[in-house]
Amino acid sequence: MTVRTFQRLLVYALLLLGSAVFLLPLVWMISTGLKPIDQTMSMPPTWIPYRTYAPGDDAKPVEVKRGENVTVSSCLVEAEGARRIVPREAVQGNRYTELGADGTTRTSTVLVLQEIPATVAVPWALVTDVGAERRGPRAVPVASLTRKASPRWENFALAIRAMKYFPRYLGNTLLLCFLTVTGTVLSSALAAYGFSRIEWRGRNTLFLLALATMMVPFPVVMVPIYNLFRALGWIGTFKPLWVGSFCAGAFNVFLLRQFFLTIPRDLSEAARIDGCSEWRIFWQIVMPLSRPALTVVGLFQFMGTWNDFLGPLIYLTKQEDFTLALGLQFFQSQHGGTEWHYLMAASTLIALPIVVLFFFTQKTFIEGISMTGIKA
Amino acid sequence: MTRGERRRLLTGLAFVSPWIVGFLAFTLYPLVESFGYSFCDYDALSKPVWVGTLNYREMFADSVFWQSLRNTLAYAAFALPMGLVMSLLVAVLLNQKVRGRPLFRAIFFLPSLIPVVASSMIWLWILNGNFGLLNYALRALGFHHPPQWLADPMWTKPSLVLMSLWGIGHAMVIYLAALQDVPRSLYESASLDGANAWDRLRHVTLPMISPVIYFNLIMGIIGSLQVFSQAFIMLGGGGPQRSALFYAVYLYQNAFEYGQMGYACAMAWILFAIILFLTWLANRLARSHVYYSGE
Repeated sequence: MTVRTFQRLLVYALLLLGSAVFLLPLVWMISTGLKPIDQTMSMPPTWIPYRTYAPGDDAKPVEVKRGENVTVSSCLVEAEGARRIVPREAVQGNRYTELGADGTTRTSTVLVLQEIPATVAVPWALVTDVGAERRGPRAVPVASLTRKASPRWENFALAIRAMKYFPRYLGNTLLLCFLTVTGTVLSSALAAYGFSRIEWRGRNTLFLLALATMMVPFPVVMVPIYNLFRALGWIGTFKPLWVGSFCAGAFNVFLLRQFFLTIPRDLSEAARIDGCSEWRIFWQIVMPLSRPALTVVGLFQFMGTWNDFLGPLIYLTKQEDFTLALGLQFFQSQHGGTEWHYLMAASTLIALPIVVLFFFTQKTFIEGISMTGIKA
Repeated sequence: MTRGERRRLLTGLAFVSPWIVGFLAFTLYPLVESFGYSFCDYDALSKPVWVGTLNYREMFADSVFWQSLRNTLAYAAFALPMGLVMSLLVAVLLNQKVRGRPLFRAIFFLPSLIPVVASSMIWLWILNGNFGLLNYALRALGFHHPPQWLADPMWTKPSLVLMSLWGIGHAMVIYLAALQDVPRSLYESASLDGANAWDRLRHVTLPMISPVIYFNLIMGIIGSLQVFSQAFIMLGGGGPQRSALFYAVYLYQNAFEYGQMGYACAMAWILFAIILFLTWLANRLARSHVYYSGE
């Protein structure tokens, strides 16, 4: 093997390993989202959700819930209306002798349902037939159990129901996405046009000022902006979450300006000579030519709004007004720590649209991000 | 000013007016106001009362403030360089002649797109001490007492650093674009001069993409010092023994939970100063190490 081939193999090995590590959390999210609750906490972990079947009365497999394993010779007995498992040697006929903690013995009459010739090498398991839980468990050899992969798609519906206002959350999020994308694209394009395709005194100074505002961290302006919205009576409404997007953020203005500068000046000059107003040049010439850049800005804004957590956390007060992101966090803070299958199903639902969007717009997306780095 | 110039000035201002309104309402006014509040006792319910530098003096005497600053700097000191190196490494790997590059790129990029709330849920679950996937793997590898991650003050920050490394896709894409812009001819002439792979990386690639390294560094400084959402979602009010009480989280608590808006503003200005200082530092470093081909 030459050094070249070795290097190539190493590159592929690292890439494959890295991809596996990066994908694993997502696979785990989806897998957990499709499990019943008992399989979320199994050790070793379950990757593919399954159902367990045991031979039924007529040897046909019936679905069961698996209980504890039995590894010593035992009896399944019924006493006082309940089924339980007791050591084989403690049962003689229908008499069961129980050794108390203080060394005394107590003998009772039981109904022996089943003898279980289990050993460590041949374990048995207690199973409960699904649909006949009231009858109590029975014992079958572990070897007779069969498994079938079976994702619980219904978890999505159940998670949505558990989150209570999910449809509202979705509606709120989509409404905010629509408003902020419209606002951002329109206002940034207008400002970028003013900063790139019209010559006026003070333009460059103002543009430098715009760039400088990108340095201001949000926490510095957070409190006064909050107070401003409160003075307007907007806390608890959607307005604080979208009105600002109609005010052309510096970053988007910068991106669009870079693009507008690449459109030949002659186009505008010719239109001006023909008597076109500046607005028409903007709307009918520059905007249609800038579709790719506008798409990038719109996409980024859509994601930004869909993913935003801090904004809704600060401004929204009623649960039915929450966005998906805030709604999921709220659900977790109330039910966290146990219902991992629902949490993961809900997380999948919230991440999925973004993932799908990415795959459909991958090229635009990657180019957009590359643009931000290179032009900087 | 001629009539034409006046007209252009007015038209130009009209086009940039959305930005001007935004600048006045959401940047200039809040900056002035916030600076003022930082010298006031202000609980948002009653009128602000001037207290001079009291907020700042209280802050420097507040052990929780110092803890939040230490937590944040410790987090940034690991998350930032590790993220920069790892994203560059992945980008360099992807820049080799590999089949399926778009697929690999998508896989490494994807996690950075996942909404922060969803990724927080995923990592809460993976880092779960008893049933988490990570601890299962560690036990399988023979570590019988793996860390309790988010429940152990020693491990909360490493947990969040680990999670941040999962989101390096954005920086990676920026690096990759820069790498693809490095002229092939440079590598060829370097090879002719007898440079090996390491030499080419060190003396061709890194200088050529240094502006982008600088860009990612600045973005990283700004981002990691303001880390908020994942810490707030996963560890609520700061985690065990406030070990993951980050600067932005403590600031948020002061502003919206403790009703100490003046104090929160003072904290914000100190954060601003720290960010400006670090950016200035990075800038000084960059002056001697960043190569701009356009110049």
